[in-house]
Amino acid sequence: MTRFLAIAGAEMRILKRNRWLAMATMIMVLFALALTFAGSAPTGTLGVDMLTVSVTSMTTLSVYLAPLLALMISFDAVAGEAERGSLGLLLTYPAGRGEILLGKFAAHLGALTIAMIVGFGSAGAVAAYSGGAGAASLVALFRLIFTSVVLGGVFLTLGYLVSSLANSATAAAGMAAGLWLIFVVLFDLGLLGAVVMDGGGWFTQTLFPWIMVANPADAFRLWNIAGSEGVALSSGMVGAASALPIWAAPLSLLVWPFLGFGLARAAFRRVEP
Amino acid sequence: MTDRVLDIQSLCKDRGKNRVLNDVSLAVQSGERVALLGHNGAGKSTLIKAVLGLITMDGGSVHIAGHTPGTAAARAATAFLPEAVSFHPALTGREQMALFARLAGQKPDITQLLERVGLGDALDLRIGTYSKGMRQRLGLAQVLLGRPKLALLDEPTSGLDPISRQDLYEIIDELAAEGCAVLIASHALTEMEARTDRIAIMRKGQLVANDTLQGLSARAGLRTRLRIRATENASAIALQTGGQRINGASVELEIDAADKMRTLRKITELGDSVSDIDITPPRLEDLYRYYAREDSQ
Repeated sequence: MTRFLAIAGAEMRILKRNRWLAMATMIMVLFALALTFAGSAPTGTLGVDMLTVSVTSMTTLSVYLAPLLALMISFDAVAGEAERGSLGLLLTYPAGRGEILLGKFAAHLGALTIAMIVGFGSAGAVAAYSGGAGAASLVALFRLIFTSVVLGGVFLTLGYLVSSLANSATAAAGMAAGLWLIFVVLFDLGLLGAVVMDGGGWFTQTLFPWIMVANPADAFRLWNIAGSEGVALSSGMVGAASALPIWAAPLSLLVWPFLGFGLARAAFRRVEP
Repeated sequence: MTDRVLDIQSLCKDRGKNRVLNDVSLAVQSGERVALLGHNGAGKSTLIKAVLGLITMDGGSVHIAGHTPGTAAARAATAFLPEAVSFHPALTGREQMALFARLAGQKPDITQLLERVGLGDALDLRIGTYSKGMRQRLGLAQVLLGRPKLALLDEPTSGLDPISRQDLYEIIDELAAEGCAVLIASHALTEMEARTDRIAIMRKGQLVANDTLQGLSARAGLRTRLRIRATENASAIALQTGGQRINGASVELEIDAADKMRTLRKITELGDSVSDIDITPPRLEDLYRYYAREDSQ
C-alpha cells in the first residue's frame, strides 16, 4: 500500500521541481481574479452579493481551465516515461500497474487541488472583501472548488487513457487536445444544434438533459448551477437544471473519475515498454 | 535443479507474423555469469523482456526462482539494468534510489550504495545533470538494491570508460559471489570472454550456442594459431613444422587444440633457432562470428 505513496511522493516532487505547480496555481489566480473584477458589474441589478457573481464567472472559467490543466499534466504520464525509457525499469519493480497509476493520480490531483484552492480562494476572498459574502455564497465557493477538483480528476484519468493508447508523447498531446475540444466545446455545440433542429420536441424535453449531464463538463456546470439559487439566477441557465433530478449531475461527475480510471488502467495494462 | 534461478523452456514469441523468439531454452544457475550474445535484432532484448514479464509469451515457460514472470515474487527476485537506462531528470540520485527502495520494500543504506558505484559526490545532484556513465552507474546501484536472485543486465558497459567498466565487472563478480545468477546481454565480446562462465549466442530468435568458451571452441573446431619467430632461418623452421612463412623472420601455423602440446614439444626441440613463440587460441570474436553466421550448422 505504501508503494503508491512512494510514487505519489516522487511525482509531487517532480511537479514542484519543474514549476508546474507554481505555474498552474498562478494561472488559476490570475484568471479567477480577472473574472471577479470584470464580472462585478451585475451585482446591483440582480440583488446578489459579489461573491455569488464571482463564483458564477469562475464556474464558467473552470469548465474550460480545469480539464485543460488536468490534461496538460497527465498526457505525459505513460507515453512520456515510455519515450524516455524509464517506464520499463519502473514496471520491473514489484509495484502493480494500478498502483503506479494511482500514485501518479494522487500526486496530480493533489497539485490540482492546491491550484484550485489558492486560485478560487484568493478570488473569493477579494470578492467577499470588496462586495460582501453570505453563507450561501460561501457554500457555493466551496462547491465550486470541490467540483473543479473532481472535474480535473476526470480529465486526469482521461489523460492517462490517451497517454497509454498513444505511441509517443507528441501523439498523446494531440489526443489530449482533441479530448478537450470534444468534451468542452464540440459536445455542447452538437447538442445545441440538435435542440435547434428539434424545435422543442421530445428530444429537447426528455432526452437532451440526460445526454447533457452524461458529459462531465456539463455535469459540473449543472451541479454548480442547480446547487445555488443565486448562481442559477446570475447565470440564467435554470432550464436544463430543473428538468433533471437533483442527484443526476453529482452522480455523473462523481462516477466519471472511476470510469476514467478503469479505462486508463485497462489501457495501461496493454502497454509494452 | 533447485539452484536454477532462471529456467527458460522452449520460449516462443510472435510479433505479427514474425517469430522473434523460437523455442529458446536457457538456464542460469545461482552464482553463474552467463553472456547473452547476438546481432542487433537477434532477440536478446525480447528474451529479457519476456523474463521480466513485460511482454506476453506465445509458447514455452519461464521461471524465476520457481515463480512466473511478472508476479510480485518474481519481480522481487529480479533486478534489471536496461540498455541506455533513464530516470526522471528532475529527481536527484538519492531521491530516485529512495523511490526504488520503497517500491522494492527495502531499506538500504542509499549513501553507501551510491558510494559503492562511485556516485558519492553526485548523491544530491539532479539526474538531469548526470553524464551517461553516471546514469549507468545509478542504474547499476538500483540493481544492487535488496540482494536479487537474478540480475538481467542489458549492455551494462555502454557509455562507460575503461576504468568504470572494470568497476562494473568487479561489482558483477561480487553479485555472483553472493549467489546471484547474472545474465549479461552485450556486444563487448573481449570483456565477456574473461568475465563470464558461460556463453549463449542467439541468432534470428534462436539459441544457436550455449556452452563454456572451451566447449564452444571444441565444437566449432576452430584452430589455435602459433606464431614462431626464427633467430635466422625462417624457411627451415617452416619446413620442419609444416607452417607457413609469413615474413622474413616469422612462421605461422594453425593447429587443433588437441595437437597443441605435441606441436610445442616439437618446436622446443628446434632449440636456439626459435627466438620467440606466440600462442593465440580462438577468441570469442572468432567463435561469435562462427556461431552467429547465417550458414552455420
